[in-house]
Amino acid sequence: MELLTRRKLTNKFALTLSMLAMGFGLFWLTWILLTTFELGIAGVSLDLFTKMTPPPGANEPGGLLNAIVGSVIMVSLATALGTPIGILAGVYLAEYGRHTWLGNSTRFINDILLSAPSIVIGLFIYAVYVAKVGNFSGISGVFALALIVIPVVVATTENMLKLVPDTLREAAFALGAPKSTVIMKVTLKASTAGVITGILLAVARIAGETAPLLFTALSNQFWSLNLNEPMANLPVTIFKFAMSPFKEWQQIAWAGVFLITLGVLGLNIVARVIFRQKHKN
Amino acid sequence: MSATQDSIAASAGGGRKFGDWLFFNLTRSFAALTLAMLAGIIVSLVIGSWESLQKFGFSFIWHQEWNPPMEQFGALIPIYGTLVTSLIALIIAVPVSFGIALFLTELSPVWLRRPLGTAIELLAAIPSIVYGMWGLMVFAPIFATHVQPFLAGTLGKLPLIGALFAGPGLGIGLLAAGIILAIMIIPFIASVMRDVFDVTPAMLKESAYGVGSTTWEVIWNVVLPYTKVGVIGGIMLGLGRALGETMAVTFVIGNTNFLSGISLFAPGNSITSVLANEFGEATPGIYTGALIELGLILFLITLAVLVSSKLLLLRLSKHEGTKT
Amino acid sequence: MNDTSQTMMMNETAARLEAQMAFKSLDFYYGKYHALKNINLEIYKRNVTAFIGPSGCGKSTLLRVMNRMYDLYPEQRATGELLLDGRNMLDRNVDVTVLRAKVGMVFQKPTPFPMSIYENIAFGVRLHESMRKSEMDERVEWALRKAALWDEAKDKLGQSGMSLSGGQQQRLCIARGIAVKPEVLLLDEPTSALDPISTMRIEELIGELKEEFTIAIVTHNMQQAARISDFTAYMYLGEMVEFGVTDQIFIKPKKKATEDYITGRFG
Repeated sequence: MELLTRRKLTNKFALTLSMLAMGFGLFWLTWILLTTFELGIAGVSLDLFTKMTPPPGANEPGGLLNAIVGSVIMVSLATALGTPIGILAGVYLAEYGRHTWLGNSTRFINDILLSAPSIVIGLFIYAVYVAKVGNFSGISGVFALALIVIPVVVATTENMLKLVPDTLREAAFALGAPKSTVIMKVTLKASTAGVITGILLAVARIAGETAPLLFTALSNQFWSLNLNEPMANLPVTIFKFAMSPFKEWQQIAWAGVFLITLGVLGLNIVARVIFRQKHKN
Repeated sequence: MSATQDSIAASAGGGRKFGDWLFFNLTRSFAALTLAMLAGIIVSLVIGSWESLQKFGFSFIWHQEWNPPMEQFGALIPIYGTLVTSLIALIIAVPVSFGIALFLTELSPVWLRRPLGTAIELLAAIPSIVYGMWGLMVFAPIFATHVQPFLAGTLGKLPLIGALFAGPGLGIGLLAAGIILAIMIIPFIASVMRDVFDVTPAMLKESAYGVGSTTWEVIWNVVLPYTKVGVIGGIMLGLGRALGETMAVTFVIGNTNFLSGISLFAPGNSITSVLANEFGEATPGIYTGALIELGLILFLITLAVLVSSKLLLLRLSKHEGTKT
Repeated sequence: MNDTSQTMMMNETAARLEAQMAFKSLDFYYGKYHALKNINLEIYKRNVTAFIGPSGCGKSTLLRVMNRMYDLYPEQRATGELLLDGRNMLDRNVDVTVLRAKVGMVFQKPTPFPMSIYENIAFGVRLHESMRKSEMDERVEWALRKAALWDEAKDKLGQSGMSLSGGQQQRLCIARGIAVKPEVLLLDEPTSALDPISTMRIEELIGELKEEFTIAIVTHNMQQAARISDFTAYMYLGEMVEFGVTDQIFIKPKKKATEDYITGRFG
């Protein structure tokens, strides 16, 4: 039965290839994570968290203190700025705008912005703020990161709110509650876990973003909490140090990459766990 | 109801009405903000690149000289780099993603599906700077010493495509950047493919099995044509991401602003790597104008790809009644 | 009809009958749930056997054992024997793709493949036979004629299978099933999604097809079973309650349980 054996071989061959593809994906994941951990952990020490970024070729030990603090500040502010806007816009999409022109267009554009190049967001903020003000600054970095937070929070908020069954809303309306109360006190409360998941995912996303900071916050060798000056941050510092020829700088860069990966993956896993806990019920 | 109760109800109703109105308009205006953002980005990029647009016009796109001191700028090399690396990424990522989606939907034991799916999604969560640094420090040296000579010795000897693998293997360059990009976009394409394969009606698959097909025959002849719109949408999503990727590409592409041939082993530049490397030192004026124009071109290209992807995916979900 | 003449009729029919398929002590499980219990039954060649019973009685499950469709789902398993022309098809060594070439299936809802009408039919044939184009053209025409779809489809063979009406799509699925020249054709509630006129046409078709193929049909419509089948099996809660010549089952069932179902006392 020549035809049958040929077909069976093709089948076996194709299915083996698909298993190899799966292995291929897992291979890169493991390799990247392992080397990041291995090379990064070698540079982790108390110094990393207590000392500032060292000048080039210095013989004194250095760390990432200013960069870490700067990143924490910018990420927190960006999240604080972008989350309310994102949640409210998500509320509109799920509760008022399911079939309106504005709702449909916003949903469409928001999905596009989710995947748009983040370097363009940086250019945008440069053009409308940095160029006008005349210097790079931490606050412009916050604006750029906030613009990345917003589409993520809009999308997850809308999806989570849509999961709430209409019967719950109707029960609240039946008691005579006005729409804004129903949304704020019932629907949003019911999807709290999901919305928080969305915020965590947004934070994970901007924690690792470098491009939008390149022409906004730039980076800073020194300690500065002034938002109107360039502000030190992890990603841009890593970029500078990694591309340099100095061994100490490269070592610090690996440690920084290790920290970011740990933070981002940790946030992702926490977000998933929270989501799954809530939705097991 | 008594008169007092009536008036209480009326005033409460009035207060409520205002609160509702306020809330509605608040949420509505924030939703509209998203549209404003898109328009704002395009407008500000056009304004920012005005000097360059005026000076060079359309010829900006096909001139290759990039000479800041002489104020001569041409976008050909960055555009070429962006397109070539993204194309390489697609060529590698699409079959691999297909294989992964096939594995997750048909081959994998049920208990493994979620953990494996999560593992692949974690690839998407890794920040691009990690890819970039790993690419430069870990991947590139191994690529240069082991893989590139092998490629030069095998594919490099073939007629026509051999020229793509000519020249010394430096580890960094267009091919390396394309490979790193491929790894980055695999999770996006694989997730969409897996989602659309999953919603193929079981009855349709069973009909194909019912005439005696093997698993591969069912997937290739029935499931794939059935889901082709969604599959293409997913591929374009991956392409959109690849085009806009900055850090992963900047570290490994080689940052060279001239083209010395068609070899993929050569270093080059992409729009994003030029922006990443030169913006910090660019003098305001025609230099920044040219850079912003590059950003505008990139944005328009990715916009076109992402819009098409979204339209295709919407068409599929209308067809099926499910959302992807 | 008294018992003796019934038995005589059964014996006469039995003398002309050949069992094409047979279940021997068949049990079926969805995970831990025991869905089919000790089924023993014969399916006779070139006759129509109908399976009736209330929802959940296991009739579709039993049908899907006949072409080992349950193999696709790891938590489903069967024990016992399914004999096709004397050989046990549930044996590990049996090639499922070959079994399915001999035992075809049509589903509850029409499921045209995303291909042209011609390709829908050629697809299955190509899996098992290599033919020249002229031979394939003949086979496609033969299948479409047998399914009473040739006149309506002959001018649009290149158009998508999904461009046909519901009733036509189902006849396309029947044509697709018989194109590979199976010995047995399994029909799982084939008219439940169709309008009365299309249903009638397909019932006529089944009457013609049984000249060449052995047919097993699951239906929730008793009148349909009474109209078109030669043998009927009444199932309840995973068990074969009664099996016999259709006329006898509907006019004078042996078991009270069968009679209750037939007369509509429950269901």
